[in-house]
Amino acid sequence: MTETVLEIDRVSKSFGDNKANDAISMTLGKGEIVALLGENGAGKTTLMSILFGHYMPDEGCIRVHGVDLPPGKPRAAIHAGIGMVHQHFSLAPNLTVLENVMTGTEKLWSFRSETGRARAKLKSLAERFGLAVDPDARLGDLSIGEQQRVEILKALYNDARILILDEPTAVLTNLEAETLFATLKEMARQGLSLIFISHKLDEVMATADRVVVLRGGKLVAERRSAETSRDELAELMVGHRVARPVREAHQRGEPVLEAAAVSVRVDGVDRLKEISFRLHAGEVLGIIGVSGNGQTVLARLLSGTLARSSGDILLYGEAIGDLSVADTVAAGIGRVPEDRTHEGAIGEMAVWENAVLERIDEPRFSRHGLVDRKAAVAFADTIIRDFDVRGGGPLTRTRLLSGGNMQKLILGRNLAERPRILIAAQPARGLDEGAVAAVHARILDARKAGTAVLLISEDLDEVIGLADRIQAIVGGRLSPPVSADEVDARALGLMMAGAWKKEAA
Amino acid sequence: MRFERREHRPLALVILTPLLAIAAALALSGILIAAAGAPVLEAYWRILVGAYGSRLSATETLTRATPLMLTGLAAAVAFRARVWNIGGEGQFYLGAIAVAAVGSQLLGNAPGYLSIPLLLITGAVAGMILLIIPLWLRLKFSVDEVVTSLLLNFVAVLVVSMLIDGPLKDPLAFGWPQSQAVPDVAMLPKLVFRSRLHWGFGIALILAFVIHFAQSRTVFGLKSRAAGLSPEGAVFAGVPLARTLLLVACVSGGLAGLAGAIEVMGVKGYVTTDLSPGFGYSGIVVAMLAGLHPLGVVLAALFTATMFVGADGMSRALKIPSYIADVTVALSLITMLVAVFFAQYRIRR
Repeated sequence: MTETVLEIDRVSKSFGDNKANDAISMTLGKGEIVALLGENGAGKTTLMSILFGHYMPDEGCIRVHGVDLPPGKPRAAIHAGIGMVHQHFSLAPNLTVLENVMTGTEKLWSFRSETGRARAKLKSLAERFGLAVDPDARLGDLSIGEQQRVEILKALYNDARILILDEPTAVLTNLEAETLFATLKEMARQGLSLIFISHKLDEVMATADRVVVLRGGKLVAERRSAETSRDELAELMVGHRVARPVREAHQRGEPVLEAAAVSVRVDGVDRLKEISFRLHAGEVLGIIGVSGNGQTVLARLLSGTLARSSGDILLYGEAIGDLSVADTVAAGIGRVPEDRTHEGAIGEMAVWENAVLERIDEPRFSRHGLVDRKAAVAFADTIIRDFDVRGGGPLTRTRLLSGGNMQKLILGRNLAERPRILIAAQPARGLDEGAVAAVHARILDARKAGTAVLLISEDLDEVIGLADRIQAIVGGRLSPPVSADEVDARALGLMMAGAWKKEAA
Repeated sequence: MRFERREHRPLALVILTPLLAIAAALALSGILIAAAGAPVLEAYWRILVGAYGSRLSATETLTRATPLMLTGLAAAVAFRARVWNIGGEGQFYLGAIAVAAVGSQLLGNAPGYLSIPLLLITGAVAGMILLIIPLWLRLKFSVDEVVTSLLLNFVAVLVVSMLIDGPLKDPLAFGWPQSQAVPDVAMLPKLVFRSRLHWGFGIALILAFVIHFAQSRTVFGLKSRAAGLSPEGAVFAGVPLARTLLLVACVSGGLAGLAGAIEVMGVKGYVTTDLSPGFGYSGIVVAMLAGLHPLGVVLAALFTATMFVGADGMSRALKIPSYIADVTVALSLITMLVAVFFAQYRIRR
């Protein structure tokens, strides 16, 4: 056992009746990477906030190198060498990288600026850990991945020896996430200690030395990642066996939605280039790709919020022009948007309002411009009951629902109408294991009932698990379809890298 | 110490919030009254008496509240949909001058049942046009309407100033810059005999209820709220963003223009450049005090008018400046904003 740098000793914290942390004890060794695994609401973020001094614990204490850390004082935590990388970065977009890193480190009443020294220190840190970033770039101009690098550098600049990362990959693309984990491993190799919060099993298995599982505010298990398995962790995290639902063999029907050489140009850039696909009733067609390759544009096009610049879209065999949102809703196309908190639902509105907003002009929900509130609330009630939306009723503000429940609401308002087509963009992104299983089960149910599902996703497991046929999207082009039974993760990875182009040529 | 958003706002809290805010504002301006050397409680008593002590003063307060209700509604409707209409003052003046122009030049002696509705619509349309310009600029070129609508106030006031010193100048006004008057038949009938209180008050009150109904019950209300809260979410749900915001702008600008029209047709009969002691700007304060609720606007306008009218009485009786009213209204806005914050958040250690 290596030297222990951090000790969390029986820490408890309650919010009202809710015990967010219940006597949690754990340790962290020098040069170790520990993953804190748990579903949303398991108490991971609360524990880390206590560690960093954002919250006062009700009971228990934290020791760094054997010395008690005064509770509730972020400054003391920084001083003790703890650095925090927040999920939502605490950086100023209008300052440069260097200014951001230096913020809070200089004395308020000092005339001499330490820019020169700071620049040198930043440069050496960046080189040492392979975190290349231009110190004079304006933060707002950087990509999310680069911004995260700055946030890490800022912690290192404050001489952090213990780094806490709150769901570091939630905002990253797959590629950025891989780079991040390589960096984290390098940091551990150089003697830093890291805790990262996650609910993604794959990255936990791949990166962490040790896994601590939280559930309902309690520490339920601790495993060395070499001695556990994905399935065991999933079971520990959720509390019961979760099997992601399995796709059954099933006869597909007529083609219902076709694209023939469709191109989309946004702000003068071709985002989709002559893509073609044919979606049949009763099948799931997976469109897989790394983000930024046109998935968002494709989802928007088919959801009716973006116009095509050339090519034909055929709906039920007939060529149609551009789809408007009203057309899609009227034509029985259900839509699950990629960004559920901005597009899928309006947080400040009530659940019932979000349930009916896209159909508010239908006579069952409004007459002569007056909202039939009773009918709308009843519709929301049906969704809540049938799709197991928890955390509130029809009158609850939607923002108060968890991500998973919000997604069930969005899925529900589409599937309750038995759509003939469902466009699902990243339907399980950011959801915890239990919610992912629920969402997947719903999609497969819809497929069984004859709905044609277009699944746009960057999650390999999701696509392999749900799709009958798969097409990869790379640089705005779509590969020819392959049958899901004939490919494995490796072959798909090659497709996502654009390998099919050579075959076609 | 940190702030947490309340998940549920109890009804009692929602009702108590503005009352507490106003109490706090009164307490704070009490310090100023005391510093001016007057007894605080008596000063407030004088304000009440000054505002409601006689038939004349009560009708005067309601007359003063009328344009405030309309400009307050204009701001509330726009702000709810996140259309930042700061141009109420300009819309007020444009509505007023349009009524004076049409009323004095075109209508001749048309009967009241024709000319009154026609002039009200004229004023509203003038106000609408002045708000559609900045909104169009926002939709087309993403120009911030806070700036454009604010600056158009000065344009509008200068145009009015030019017209009443030029083509619309009243030749019988002894050289004063004042517009020609609308015919007497086109004036709004009095609500109370031998007072200045006119039917405009009733119109404003009815409109407040109509707007409340529209916002809470109609499809348009739902869509405009969605457009304001989240443009992306509204677009995804198929709400036509530009058309919805344009309609909101028409309602908002129309209300402010109507305020100007009603002030001309109800009180003065003609336009001068001091027709409005800042009704357009005070409307914003009124709307914020009301938490953007249309029925709250009625109460907030009454409160503001009470302070302004009553402060004159207090000033005369106690020999302290009537500017105390401005201070109290301004303070109440600040305390209201603080109170709204505490209604939405709670303190947690």
